[in-house]
Amino acid sequence: MADIIKVKNLTKKFKSLVAVDSISFQVKKGEIFGFLGPNGAGKSTTIRMLTTLTRPTSGSAEVAGYDIVKQPDEVRSHIGLVAEKIILYDHLTPSENLQFFGRLNGLTVEEINKRADKWLKRLKMEEWKNLQVGTFSTGMKQRINIARALLTEPDILFLDEPTLGLDPQTTYMIKTFITELNKQGVTIILTTHDMYEAEALSDRVAIIDHGKIVALGTVEELKKKVKNKKSPTLEDVFLEKTGFEVRDKIGKMAAMHRGPHRITQNNRVR
Amino acid sequence: MKILNDLCQIAKKDLLEFSRDRIRLATFIIMPIFMMLLTGYIFPNQNSLKNIPIGIANQNSEYGNQLVEAISNLELTANTKAFLVKNYSDIDAIKEAVKKQEINGGVYIPNNFSELIKTNQQAEVTIIEDQANPQISAVTSQVLSQVVNGFSQAIATQKAKAILVNKIPAGNQNPNLAASIIQPILTKIEGLFPGDTTYFEFVAPGIIAMIVMTAVLTGLAASISREKEQGTLDGILVSPISRLAIILGKALSQSIRGLIQGAIVMLLAVFLFGVHINGSIILVVLLLLLGVFSFVGLGILVSAIASEQETATQLLFMFQFPMLFLSGAFFPIQQMPKFMQIISRLIPLRYEIDALRKVIVLGAGVSAVRTELLVLIIFGAATLAIAVPLFKKMITR
Repeated sequence: MADIIKVKNLTKKFKSLVAVDSISFQVKKGEIFGFLGPNGAGKSTTIRMLTTLTRPTSGSAEVAGYDIVKQPDEVRSHIGLVAEKIILYDHLTPSENLQFFGRLNGLTVEEINKRADKWLKRLKMEEWKNLQVGTFSTGMKQRINIARALLTEPDILFLDEPTLGLDPQTTYMIKTFITELNKQGVTIILTTHDMYEAEALSDRVAIIDHGKIVALGTVEELKKKVKNKKSPTLEDVFLEKTGFEVRDKIGKMAAMHRGPHRITQNNRVR
Repeated sequence: MKILNDLCQIAKKDLLEFSRDRIRLATFIIMPIFMMLLTGYIFPNQNSLKNIPIGIANQNSEYGNQLVEAISNLELTANTKAFLVKNYSDIDAIKEAVKKQEINGGVYIPNNFSELIKTNQQAEVTIIEDQANPQISAVTSQVLSQVVNGFSQAIATQKAKAILVNKIPAGNQNPNLAASIIQPILTKIEGLFPGDTTYFEFVAPGIIAMIVMTAVLTGLAASISREKEQGTLDGILVSPISRLAIILGKALSQSIRGLIQGAIVMLLAVFLFGVHINGSIILVVLLLLLGVFSFVGLGILVSAIASEQETATQLLFMFQFPMLFLSGAFFPIQQMPKFMQIISRLIPLRYEIDALRKVIVLGAGVSAVRTELLVLIIFGAATLAIAVPLFKKMITR
C-alpha cells in the first residue's frame, strides 16, 4: 500500500536541546501506526511537526502527499488532530464548538450539522449536544473532541494519548471506535503509554527515545527480536529498547539547568 | 473574502464564549462603572465641596460674627452648605480637633479683629490646614481664603466710600468709585464654553482612553495566552486558515469589548456626572477606534512574546503602569519635570487622551487634533508591522 506519511531526517532543536534527532519513517495508507516512547522522547514534538503546529529545524516530511513546511494548508485539510489537551471551549456547547471548528475548515452550517449529528450519534453524545462542555466529565469531553477532529472527514487522524485518564468503559468505547474508523479507511497515528492498547490496535509501531527511532516494524516483528523472554509482549520490546530508567521531560529540562541529577529505577534521585 | 469570514468566526466565538463566562462578564461591566464612580465622586473640586466639617474659634464679636456667618452660610451647590461649622474656644482647640480628625480645617478669629479694622490697622485671620488630607485641605483653604478676601474687600469698599463722601461732592460721585479704587482691575475669566470645567471633566477623557487601552492590550494578550495554555489555539492553528485571520479575529473581538467599555464610561460621564461632549461625537468615536488600532499591535507583540497568561499580564503591567502616570490621564503633563514631559511624548496614550480632551472639553474639530491622529496611525501601523510577522513566527516555533 502507498505511503501516506513520509518522514526524512526530520529534526527539531529547541536552542541546545535536540528534541527530535533526524528521524525517518513511513506510514502506509490505511494502517494504525503506533508511535511510542517514554516521556520527553520526542513523540509530541514529532506529531506537532507533522500536523504543522511546529516548524522543523531541518529535514522534511510529506503528509497526504503535501510538504509540511511548503504546503501547510493542504496538509491541514487532510488531517484531524486529537492532541494531549482537549481542544474544546468549556463555555460553548458541543454543537457550538463543532460549528466553530467546522466553519474554520471551510464547511457550511448544513454540512457541519449533518456531520456533527453523525459523529455525536456514533460516539453516544447526541443528547448532550446543547449543554456547555464545561459541565462534562473528561470521557464525555474526549468523545466530543474526537467528533471535532473527524468533522472534516480527514484521511489521517492523529491521536495523542486519546485514552489518558479515562475510565475503562470509555477507553473500551474509544478503542473500538478507532478500529471501526480505521476499517473505513482512515489512517491513524496513535501515541500512547498503554502498551497493551498499542499492541491491540497497531499494525506497525515505531519507538522513539532521546529523539531517535530505536525500533520500527510490526508488533510481531519487534517481539521476535526480544532476547531472554519466552513469549514477549510489546511492553518487553519497549523496555528493552528504551531501558528501565524513569524519564521525565520536566526532569530532563531541569537536569540541563541544574546538573546531572538522575532518577533511578527505584525513583531515587542520585 | 475567506480571511474576512474566518476572522469573523473567531471574533464571534470569542464574544460568545466571553458572554457565557459570568465572572468575566461581571468584571467587564462593573470595572468601568466602578472606576468612573470612584473618580467621579472621590476627586474633589469646588463644586463638590459639601458639608466639610471645619472648626471656627471666634474670639471676637461684631466683624468676627459677620465673617463666621459668611463662612457658615456658604453654598457652592444649591441648598447644600459647603461647611459644617463647629465652634471652638481657641486655635489650639482647633488644632487638637484636626489631630483627632474631627474636622478638616479651621478658622481662628482673634479678639482684636474688629478693633484693628475699626482703627484702620490690618487685622488677621488664621486658616488651619488639615495636612493629613492634602487634596481636601487645598480646596478648603482656597475657598476659605476667597470668603475672607471677599469679606475684606467689602469692608475696604465701605471705608473708601466713607472717605470719598468728604472729598467729592455727592452729585459728582460715581457709584462704583469706591469699588474701583479698592479693586481697579477686574479679572474676567471666559472659557470656550459656559460653565466651569471640573477636575472630573479633565479626567473623564483619560479614563475613557485608558479603559479602551486596557481592554485591547490586556484582553488581547490574555485571550491568546489563555488559548495557548488550554490547548485550544492548536485547534485553530491546525485549521487551513490564514494566521493573519487568527490575529485579526482576536483583535476584532477585543476591540468590540474595548469600545463597549468605552461607551459605558462615556454614557456614565455624560448622564451621571454631567460631562458635556462639546465636539463632534463622531470624532470621539473615530478617536476611540484609532486608539484601539494604535494598541492592537502592542497587544499582539506581548502575546507573541509571552507564552503564559501570567507572563503576558506582568509584561503588560510594565507597559501600562507608567503609561497611566505619564500620559496625563490624571495629572497635567505641564506640571511634570521636563524629562518626564519628554518621555510622555513617546506614549501613544498621551495623544489619544490629548485629542479626546480637546474634542470633548474644548469642542475641537479634526484640524485641531491632526497631529494626534497622525501619531496614533503611525504608532499603530509601526507596531502592527513588527507584531504580525513576529506572532506568525512565534506560534509555529
